[in-house]
Amino acid sequence: MNVTLIDVVILCLLVITTIAINQQRNLFATTMLTGIYSLLCASLFVCLDAVDVAFTEAAVGAGIATILFLGTLALTSFEEKTAVKVSLPGLFIVIVTGGLLIYGLNDIPFFGSPDNPVQTYLASKYINESANEIGIPNLVTSVLASYRGYDTLGETTVIFTAGIGVLMLLGRAKGKNRSLLGDER
Amino acid sequence: MEHHLVLRVVARTLIPLIMLFALYVQFHGDYGPGGGFQAGVIFAVAFILYGLIYGVDKLRDVVHPGLIRSLAAFGVLLYVGVGIASIIGGGEFLNYNALATDPVAGQHIGIILIELAVGITVASTMIILFYAFARP
Repeated sequence: MNVTLIDVVILCLLVITTIAINQQRNLFATTMLTGIYSLLCASLFVCLDAVDVAFTEAAVGAGIATILFLGTLALTSFEEKTAVKVSLPGLFIVIVTGGLLIYGLNDIPFFGSPDNPVQTYLASKYINESANEIGIPNLVTSVLASYRGYDTLGETTVIFTAGIGVLMLLGRAKGKNRSLLGDER
Repeated sequence: MEHHLVLRVVARTLIPLIMLFALYVQFHGDYGPGGGFQAGVIFAVAFILYGLIYGVDKLRDVVHPGLIRSLAAFGVLLYVGVGIASIIGGGEFLNYNALATDPVAGQHIGIILIELAVGITVASTMIILFYAFARP
């Protein structure tokens, strides 16, 4: 794997942003920092040649999510409630989960390695045959919309369900001019 | 924000461009980066920008909340409808080859329709979310 200078710079900036998000107590600043984090992620995806993913990350992570966070802050509060006590069971769960994730990294094939299961038969099949089978130039779209059409149907349903869930929690009933959170405020 | 003249003028210029870009991303997804999901988000952003600058009540006059809820459901139904149409055409669920006599033409029809379905659902859901979170 060729690590270029720009990868190192972006990854360092990601770490700095994460530390800043952790330290920050003002939720408005935290929201802005999460937006910056998403934008940095999008740049990293561009460096990895995953422009479709970068596009989504920039539009959803840096755009819509920031606006929704700001809307939530307007409904609740701009200051984080400070928790002084350290919860020991919580710390234990975080350490164990983190340890398991690092242990799980051992089984993940090395980035871009040729004997990665994806590279051995699936990628070459898509690259060689999608032009005849699907006939559109953007390979990502043919995988997303045709080969994996069933998964995309699932994703669309998830988004729809999320919208319904928010409507049930925050949507205003007819005649009432207040939201649920607005009542608690 | 009704008194911010600069924001209002800039928004008025930007909103049509954002919508045009969303349509480009939607229908150019077969050739370049993009597709229904990204296009839906960008299209919704045009409305959200309008709502942020001119107020949520004005946005409710432009896009009726009931209409946008029906559209969110319509997108999912259109997607499933394409799947059922391919069953009727003699293939498996979501096998677009069965949508036309030429398999590649069938794939094109299927992909354009389901990208449109994803775009409609995503754009509507984003506007629904904005309506729900916007301060009354």
